[in-house]
Amino acid sequence: MIRLEGITKQYKNTTAVHDISLTIGKGEIFGIIGYSGAGKSTLVRCLNLLERPTKGKIFVGGEEITALSDRDIRKKRQEIGMIFQHFHLISAKTVFDNVAFSLKAAGIPKEERNARVPELLEMVGLADKAKAYPAQLSGGQKQRVAIARALANNPKVLLCDEATSALDPTTTDAILQLLKEINRTLGITIVLITHEMEVVQKICDRVAVMEAGKIVELGTVYDVFSGPEHPLTKEFVQSVHSFSLPERLLESRKGTIAKITFKGDSAESPIISETLAKFSITINILHGQITYINDKPLGTLIIEAIGSRQEIEAAIRFIAARTKQLEVLADVA
Amino acid sequence: MLLDLVNEFGKAFFETFWMMSIAVLFAVLVGVPLGIALFVTREGMFFENRFVQQVAGTIVNIIRSIPFIILLVVLIPFTKLILGTSMGPTAASVSLTVAAIPFYARLVEASLREIDRGVIEAAESCGASPWLIMKDVLLPEAKPGMIAGLTVTIISLLSYSAMAGIVGGGGIGDLAIRFGYYRFQNDVMLITVIILIILVQLIQFIGDRLAKAASKK
Repeated sequence: MIRLEGITKQYKNTTAVHDISLTIGKGEIFGIIGYSGAGKSTLVRCLNLLERPTKGKIFVGGEEITALSDRDIRKKRQEIGMIFQHFHLISAKTVFDNVAFSLKAAGIPKEERNARVPELLEMVGLADKAKAYPAQLSGGQKQRVAIARALANNPKVLLCDEATSALDPTTTDAILQLLKEINRTLGITIVLITHEMEVVQKICDRVAVMEAGKIVELGTVYDVFSGPEHPLTKEFVQSVHSFSLPERLLESRKGTIAKITFKGDSAESPIISETLAKFSITINILHGQITYINDKPLGTLIIEAIGSRQEIEAAIRFIAARTKQLEVLADVA
Repeated sequence: MLLDLVNEFGKAFFETFWMMSIAVLFAVLVGVPLGIALFVTREGMFFENRFVQQVAGTIVNIIRSIPFIILLVVLIPFTKLILGTSMGPTAASVSLTVAAIPFYARLVEASLREIDRGVIEAAESCGASPWLIMKDVLLPEAKPGMIAGLTVTIISLLSYSAMAGIVGGGGIGDLAIRFGYYRFQNDVMLITVIILIILVQLIQFIGDRLAKAASKK
């Protein structure tokens, strides 16, 4: 659906985006995560040419948008909706007129606009707010209006630039839910920029991690969560899936402390009970969590294995063979 | 004597009203498009154009730097050319208009600059044409600021119009100068000043009300 070839965006003395090539599939929810200044916002703004890349080509729906004239870009933008962190609604216009604006931009005649706007407001759950002004709405409601405006012309792609960063957690969840629903029912490809790993975890299929204008890691959200490689990725994963043990526990340990990651099927099989039955050790569970990502379980367990050194080592080998991921945090004292 | 004075006031009031109406009308008709032009040719805007920006900007600045009383005199030949006469309130309105247009254009530009850049970008991301953005985003969003700016313009024009007497323009301010200042009729001067104070208060009050009603924030 979207293909980037060697996209570079330079400002006077800084390079915001550095030679990024990327393909985003149709119907995918693709996340781009990074800290502020990583260039993710610039990158997403290139996708509808709000920002013109200095170098490289961008294809949307098979068409090279970087080669289009201004007039054709405007037309193309009707296929690429966009929502923003601060909503950016026209404060002097009612909710109805804000949504109608998008249709006006596409040259839709008034009667059709009057029929289409209520449908859109219905879809985002704001049918009763048509006559309200943006200042009378909550943040979540404003973002819903912005979504209705972005979807007015039946776009194929929806760009979300930190769309939930100004919202409280409950509202964030509701908006993410709405985005997922839109993705499922309308088949719209969503590209989402965020600095919150939780957002990625909740709705994205794939994620790219950006740092200093480059993509440092890319993969399905499940893979990135279960085996982050780049230090930055690890940091982001830890932000939602964190296991720090108090120093005190490590110091006063009696056995070996190990972190086990359960992926996919292994997360659902009783490995700990099997181990206990097979080896003469005791296991003390220090920390544990199972997260579901795209409905697949990802479990993490920190255990302390107490017993003879021989038995512990054998048990750890046994667990490691079954789970593929075991990290010894501290050996027997 | 009293009746004469009442008549003088009535006449002066009408002259001021006439001069100002013409100037305000043109300030809006020309100043608004000029203000928009100054804004949309700025760097990073959709009609970015350094040349237009600098030429228009310089002309606006030059006119604004000329003291009104000098503008009034300098424009006498021009007024004669378009009206056939350089005397009377209509003639005075020509220089008021010339002063009012760049004054208001700058205020319009300033109120457009108050608009969040993101709102314009969001409109662009909808695929809206520059024309539609001007009509449906810039003008509605800047409306409260433009009304406030017009209030300031009208009040400034009211004070400029006092100098219209130089070209026989008449008006309330001229009355204060002729009777009150030259003839030492302090009572007349006092009354005209009070009338002017009331007028300014009234214009400001109405302007504030309208600006508030236009703002949906």
